[in-house]
Amino acid sequence: MKKILAAATLALSMSTTGMAFAEPLKIGMITTLSGGGAGLGIDTRDGFMLAIKNAGNKDITVVTEDDAQKPELAVQIADKMIQSDKVDILTGIVWSNLLMAVAPSAVAQGKFYVSTNAAPAALAGANCNKLYFNAAYQNDNLHEAMGEYANKGYKKMFILAPNYPAGKDSLTGFKRYYKGQLAAEVYTQVGQTDYAAEIAQMRASGADGIFVFLPGGMGIAFMKQFAQSGVKIPVMGPGFSFSQDVLPAIGDAAIGAKASGQWAPDFDNAASKKFLADFQKEYNRLPSIYAVQAYDAAQLIVAAASKASVKNADAFGAELKKADIQSPRGKFKFNTNQHPIQDIYLTEVIKQNGVITNKTVEKIFSDHGDAYAKDCKI
Amino acid sequence: MTLALALEQLLNGLQLGVMLFLMAAGLTLIFGVMGLINLAHGSLYMVGAFACATVAAWTGSFWIGLVASLAAAAAAGAIVELVVIRRLYDRDHLDQVLATFALILMFSEGTRWLFGSFPLYLDIPPLLQGAVALPGGTEYPVYRLAIILAGAIVAFGLYLLISRTRLGMRIRAGESDREMIGALGVDIRTLYTVVFALGAALAGLAGAMVGALQSVQVGMGEPVLILAFVVIVIGGIGSIKGALLGALLVGVTDTMGRFLLPKLLALFVAPAQAGMIGGAAASMLIYIVMAVILAVKPRGLFPAAHA
Amino acid sequence: MILNRETLINLVLAALLLAVPFAADALGQPFYITLATRIAILALAATGLNLALGLGGLVSFGHAAFFGIGGYVAGILAAHAFSGEPLLFGLSGTKQMWVIWIVAAILSGLVGLAIGAISLRTSGVYFIMITLAFAQMVYYFAISWPAYGGEDGLSILVRNQFPGVNTMRPLTFFLICYVVLLAALGLFALIRASRFGTALQAARQNEVRVATVGIQPYRIRLTGFAISAAVTGLAGALFADLNRFVSPSMLSWHMSGELIVLIILGGTGRLFGPLAGAALYVIFEYALGGLTERWQFFLGLILLVVVLFARGGLLGLLAGKAKHG
Repeated sequence: MKKILAAATLALSMSTTGMAFAEPLKIGMITTLSGGGAGLGIDTRDGFMLAIKNAGNKDITVVTEDDAQKPELAVQIADKMIQSDKVDILTGIVWSNLLMAVAPSAVAQGKFYVSTNAAPAALAGANCNKLYFNAAYQNDNLHEAMGEYANKGYKKMFILAPNYPAGKDSLTGFKRYYKGQLAAEVYTQVGQTDYAAEIAQMRASGADGIFVFLPGGMGIAFMKQFAQSGVKIPVMGPGFSFSQDVLPAIGDAAIGAKASGQWAPDFDNAASKKFLADFQKEYNRLPSIYAVQAYDAAQLIVAAASKASVKNADAFGAELKKADIQSPRGKFKFNTNQHPIQDIYLTEVIKQNGVITNKTVEKIFSDHGDAYAKDCKI
Repeated sequence: MTLALALEQLLNGLQLGVMLFLMAAGLTLIFGVMGLINLAHGSLYMVGAFACATVAAWTGSFWIGLVASLAAAAAAGAIVELVVIRRLYDRDHLDQVLATFALILMFSEGTRWLFGSFPLYLDIPPLLQGAVALPGGTEYPVYRLAIILAGAIVAFGLYLLISRTRLGMRIRAGESDREMIGALGVDIRTLYTVVFALGAALAGLAGAMVGALQSVQVGMGEPVLILAFVVIVIGGIGSIKGALLGALLVGVTDTMGRFLLPKLLALFVAPAQAGMIGGAAASMLIYIVMAVILAVKPRGLFPAAHA
Repeated sequence: MILNRETLINLVLAALLLAVPFAADALGQPFYITLATRIAILALAATGLNLALGLGGLVSFGHAAFFGIGGYVAGILAAHAFSGEPLLFGLSGTKQMWVIWIVAAILSGLVGLAIGAISLRTSGVYFIMITLAFAQMVYYFAISWPAYGGEDGLSILVRNQFPGVNTMRPLTFFLICYVVLLAALGLFALIRASRFGTALQAARQNEVRVATVGIQPYRIRLTGFAISAAVTGLAGALFADLNRFVSPSMLSWHMSGELIVLIILGGTGRLFGPLAGAALYVIFEYALGGLTERWQFFLGLILLVVVLFARGGLLGLLAGKAKHG
């Protein structure tokens, strides 16, 4: 588990944009590269390294290690990176429970943490921290967007999530914006693979829409089973339920599902097109939203490092907060709690040239922040 | 709650039970004949699913994939038996647990090595797509009915195999007296390999059939493995009949618990709370059932002759 | 005392474990202290299991339950001390390690008593499976019970305190764990040599004979199982403090498997088996992990070779055949 996958000191020859920093910068990336959730971690790593490569700066070193999706392992790696590798910034964790194990103690030791995905409410409100940034979203955002979307045309929703904190946050976020009636609110076991019992309840519930938050293998299983059930109620969910990492495994069963996201491969802006082309050239597959988030996290760090030394925490933090980057997502800035303010879109799963992917339908939220920023006193 | 919903949930429980039976039958057969406890049974389930998904992707046919899954799991089982398991028959259960635990690590990481970390795609064959109407006005997926049917056929086939054939006679002999059948001139080493491969093939079949319903990914065998152990412990280790009844009991209890407990709690607390606490209680339910049964009958419902 | 070969090796092991962190501290490599602390704590947990498994022959596949309960005791008490909310019956939380240890050991022991009371009615494979099932029950409870973080786990923001020392200093915390480990090893040696320990081992070897001399194997085993659970629970509390974090993964069945692995790697039933095994395991994990992303494959391979061909474990290789009894 202590694997130094890429202690990459990158060559300057690649690019002319690389200029020397005030101080060399060492980034520790802890992410999930083995086990069931490895797909998300691999996209995180690849997206991050793409931006680092594009920056072409030899003063940046990235040390990558695998947390195998185990919290105690992530803590151990973080200790090692801080104590032994002497990194300046930590990043890369996919899962909220691992982040809660690592980030509070990392910032307590004076290190920056820039999150590429996990964004628990606990770190966005009263317990926010000057050294903690989130480049992805706040966990509730995409669920809130679906709640808002469901207000248009859905009167009775059946909502479902796994029985763990992110699942509860999900349904809370959905209910925060959804004004209609709830047919049922169901919590399933984490890692559950058979949803026959829940689908039967959906059939009998009289709901006119279904909202599910089931990341990874859980979502694959649910969508395949739902498609076979003969139940014809429309399904929607947050972007992770239909992200590029799971779509190939769900197959045609996913087509038509509505989701919310801050990015989809069909975004019509120069940064997105460049990112998509670079990513496909480098790794020969479509990037998921996790890759975009990590790509932006790396861009943010590079941009700040070119202006200030990471050893000067106040100056570096101020530069990070300016978010002077070209995000594939389009507009991107930080809120007072150092979580993004961004647009959130409705997407639909389609099949295009034989590839199943997401297409943008409409904008749900403009410049959307989160519900916790008001409690944050930085 | 309508009758139709109850019927649908009962079928769901039955289908889960049938699937668990395919896993548990192999486990209990292997224990009954060889006295071996095999934690790596879930890995053979995974091998079946991966073989089916890969071959189905090559050939475009689920059915060829299904045959491949049987062949691949049986082959993997036979190889593992020849190389590793064979050395474990005379060891205590501790060594068996540990060696097969090591096999799980190797199978999981090895599969990831070969197939990568992303889940594979495996779809239900066109013949079994969609749903059919049930009495009471509800619909039910054809594929799940097919699983129930396939499980029933396998159970009947196993019954015939064990009660009517020469191989079955040897298996029964092996269950009642391991030393004796060796003395009678039966090639016991080959018998063991065949039984192990047979158990593996059943697990592979379960993996392939379920793979089309869920996601084919590394680690998919572990939750099923633990449930299958619960099944055989409830049923009585070594007893095929016990495995069948235990599997149906666990399948129906688990499904009904997940469905009814939150509803029951909703009579007393707020729906969101009921969902959470009911979900928690439902996930513990089968273990509670198991503890109660073992507290009353420490050797399961149908204790086998030895063990 | 005659210094036989195994005793000598044990002394060397204990000395090495003590020396490494001091060397690491002097060289400014605090991470190796963390690694040594991890070894000490895992060895402590496995020493607990060794009481049941090594002496009593009780193959518990559910000791992760006690390890996790100990961890949650530390996490929950610290969380209440931090928030100031009373816990139960107006009792408040605490940040004092020694109080946490006592609570963790007693609670784990009581749960061990309850689980053991039912499980010990069975034997053989049934015992392995029923202990696994109980551990799964606790695991699912921890995952789905919302009050203490569920699957997200519980962070301990600042490590708990021990009177007179600064526990945040890696070397200090290591020394605390080291002393607790030595105490547990002492307890193990005492029990093994006692009348109770003799009865426990005799019950493993020949149940009928023990019963005929008027000892009830069930009671002896139940007591042994509860003590075993208490020691493993204590280790769990320290483990939570090492990581400043506790989560359901401490309760997973992989953890139970790992604890058994530690004992077998080191040598079953031997006093220092768990320490040798834990050291070997953590070093494997670290060294293999540095070499390849596929380290779990090779770990499995090494384990398999040990089980098949080196049954005495590391101490068996170094010190020769164990003398039982």
